[in-house]
Amino acid sequence: MARFDIYVTYKKGIFDPPGATAERALQNLGYEEVSSVKIGKFIQLEVVDGTSMDRVAEMCGKLLANPVIEDYRIEPVEEA
Amino acid sequence: MPEILDAELAPKLAVELGLKLEEYDKIVEILGRRPSVTELYMYSLMWSEHCSYKHSRKALRMFPTEGEHVLQGPGENAGVISVGDGWAIAFKMESHNHPSAIEPYQGAATGVGGIIRDIFTMGARPIASLNSLRFGTLDKARQRYLFEGAVAGIGGYGNCLGVPTVGGEVYFDEAYEGNCLINAMAIGLMREEDLTLATASGVGNLMLLIGSTTGRDGIGGASTLASQEFDEKAEDKRPSVQVGDPFEEKLLIEACLELLGEKLLVALGDLGAAGLTSSASEMASRGGVGLDIDVTKVPQREENMQAFEIMVSESQERMLAVLEPENLEAAQAICAKWGLRSTVIGTVTDTGHFVVREGDTVVADIPAATLADDAPIYDPEMERPAYLDEVQSFDVRGVKLPGDDELGETLLKLLASPNICSRRWIWEQYDHQVMLNTVVLPGSDAAVLRIKDTDSAIAVSTDCNGRYCYLEPYLGAQIAFVEAARNVACAGARPVAITDCLNFGNPEKPEVFWTFHQAVSGLSDACRAFKVPVISGNVSLYNESFGQPIYPTPTVGLVGLIRNVERHTTADFKDEGDAIIMLGETHRDLGGSELLALIDGTVGGMPPSVDLWREQQVCEAAICCIEMGIVKSAHDCSEGGLAVTLAESCIAGNIGANIVIENRLRPAVSLFSETQGRIVVTTAVEDAMTVAMMADRLRIPYAILGQVGGTSLVIEDMLDVPVSELRESHEATLERLVHGG
Repeated sequence: MARFDIYVTYKKGIFDPPGATAERALQNLGYEEVSSVKIGKFIQLEVVDGTSMDRVAEMCGKLLANPVIEDYRIEPVEEA
Repeated sequence: MPEILDAELAPKLAVELGLKLEEYDKIVEILGRRPSVTELYMYSLMWSEHCSYKHSRKALRMFPTEGEHVLQGPGENAGVISVGDGWAIAFKMESHNHPSAIEPYQGAATGVGGIIRDIFTMGARPIASLNSLRFGTLDKARQRYLFEGAVAGIGGYGNCLGVPTVGGEVYFDEAYEGNCLINAMAIGLMREEDLTLATASGVGNLMLLIGSTTGRDGIGGASTLASQEFDEKAEDKRPSVQVGDPFEEKLLIEACLELLGEKLLVALGDLGAAGLTSSASEMASRGGVGLDIDVTKVPQREENMQAFEIMVSESQERMLAVLEPENLEAAQAICAKWGLRSTVIGTVTDTGHFVVREGDTVVADIPAATLADDAPIYDPEMERPAYLDEVQSFDVRGVKLPGDDELGETLLKLLASPNICSRRWIWEQYDHQVMLNTVVLPGSDAAVLRIKDTDSAIAVSTDCNGRYCYLEPYLGAQIAFVEAARNVACAGARPVAITDCLNFGNPEKPEVFWTFHQAVSGLSDACRAFKVPVISGNVSLYNESFGQPIYPTPTVGLVGLIRNVERHTTADFKDEGDAIIMLGETHRDLGGSELLALIDGTVGGMPPSVDLWREQQVCEAAICCIEMGIVKSAHDCSEGGLAVTLAESCIAGNIGANIVIENRLRPAVSLFSETQGRIVVTTAVEDAMTVAMMADRLRIPYAILGQVGGTSLVIEDMLDVPVSELRESHEATLERLVHGG
């Protein structure tokens, strides 16, 4: 089994409503040092050994992320 | 004076922003100099088709816009009608086609958000939303993606906001493959005295920006998306996608209605297409005043935003209010209570100029009214499209109709066809009952909404069969109207006013503009005949991809009034033994029909003719009988004809019917012809004569078709199908298609 960790975030310039809400809520709680919060999703993908990055990128482009408004970053994970 | 553009660069940039060179020259003439970059952006957006209606404005003057119920006609954020007891209804429909074709979920969601803002801007509480959708056929994965995404977006936004999605329509046709249509309609309820206009006035008054921060979203959206055809370049335009935040919108609704209720505002407008530029300049133009805005005051979400970006950004969930300085503190307190940002960004002046500053530097100085009012108005060339002769001359008689032993099977196939089948899969994703005003849920002819604390209700329907409009745009537009009228009549409502969303191709093509002009003319004539004015609407042009325009699609959103909500009627057959009566009569109308598409794969022939007088009498007969309290069900005949109407009423009522059809038409024609002006009603047997007398009195033909009862739909000598089979065909299709079956 190989594992990939995938981070999906809004593209730069695309409005992130959950992030903006959390940002304001933190400021309202007194954490005035907060200047920006971005919220995305984290995906753990397990695939058979030898699955290529390209193949995983294809999965991201087709389903796991919405390439129109989201970026994704794929990190292969070495199993301990 | 702002820093003006270089003599060589300015016209180039103008063209790049979608302006014509003559338009650029006109700007130079107005300003008496070359524009600054900010000014050029502002003009390019305000003079785009989307904001200025420069190609369509003249034709739109054909619409009747006045009537006894009208409190506010076209020209404001939404139209408003009076519905009695001091209550008023605000409504409007708008397109969000191009953004949805790029990102269906967000495109559709922000479409709903935008039209809802137009409603509460008028001082009305949004109480319902509807939609009208068009996609290519669902055998293509991309179309399934668009369809699923748009439906999810409409549901996602509306459900979070707590405004019920109560009705709508959807068609699937290859003509929409490269350019889907997402038309959203919203309805609001208010006291007549709370009507608020977006007219800035009062020199020295403050401009307060309320709601979300401003980013680069949708920059150039209105001009570059809504006013240009789609081609490969659409890929590059992706980053301008706007993301909706329904929770912020909910706060905006509450805060704005409270601000208006406390009489703290002089004017209120929402920021839609062309953002701050459009909202502010239209308010100034209506009030004949000037404005002075400092963009550095606008709360920004991104770094290093240019003045022009701030002025044209289409970031969602923002409102612009004008208020007197002494009310500022109270107004900001209300905004803060709802957790909303509010910032003074400028003042109303007496200069008549729209001045934009970036701190101390003036970046734009424009005669305010020229942005909204001086856009060029074109008289586009018109030419009857060549394709019409070919499609209209298609000989329907040459098509082999289903034989007498194939009628049952044909009915099942029609019920399962994507354009007729049950829309349950869609509306199950929508919260249609929140707010508790929804009397008739999706699935009947029209949605019915109670007007709280009164006996009245409104019925609403959105309609347009693009196939008919393609075959004959004048007639097609009239059919859209009369079908909407019949739908609300079936609920027991008299049509009061309409909104429209006119979706067409590129108006600069004479053949496309001819279809636009014909459709507007047909719709106007229908409105006049029914004495039903157009009180708001939207034009969406350039709906093409790779040079192919969509079917002309003039969607009608009609609102009717029910005086006694207890008497409203639904489409389902009720009780064993009830008499089934068809108001109107059937002719041989197979041109553009679902039957033709099903058996021959053709879109051809002439669509059914429309007799506007007859249509009114049929509606009136149904409404009068409903008001007398004798009608148990009412359902109109449209796509698929009488057989589909009967089958749908059987399915909805879970009961059969025994029918005898007596006329000289061939059985397949009797069953599936799409003749207009027909409504099927049921009554207790002893009331059938009253319906017949009403039809006689209104001089319309009618036919007593049979009785409700049993577990099958039996049409003597034609077909005999168990209701369970009808239901299976009707309800399985959409879900199967969405899952790629």
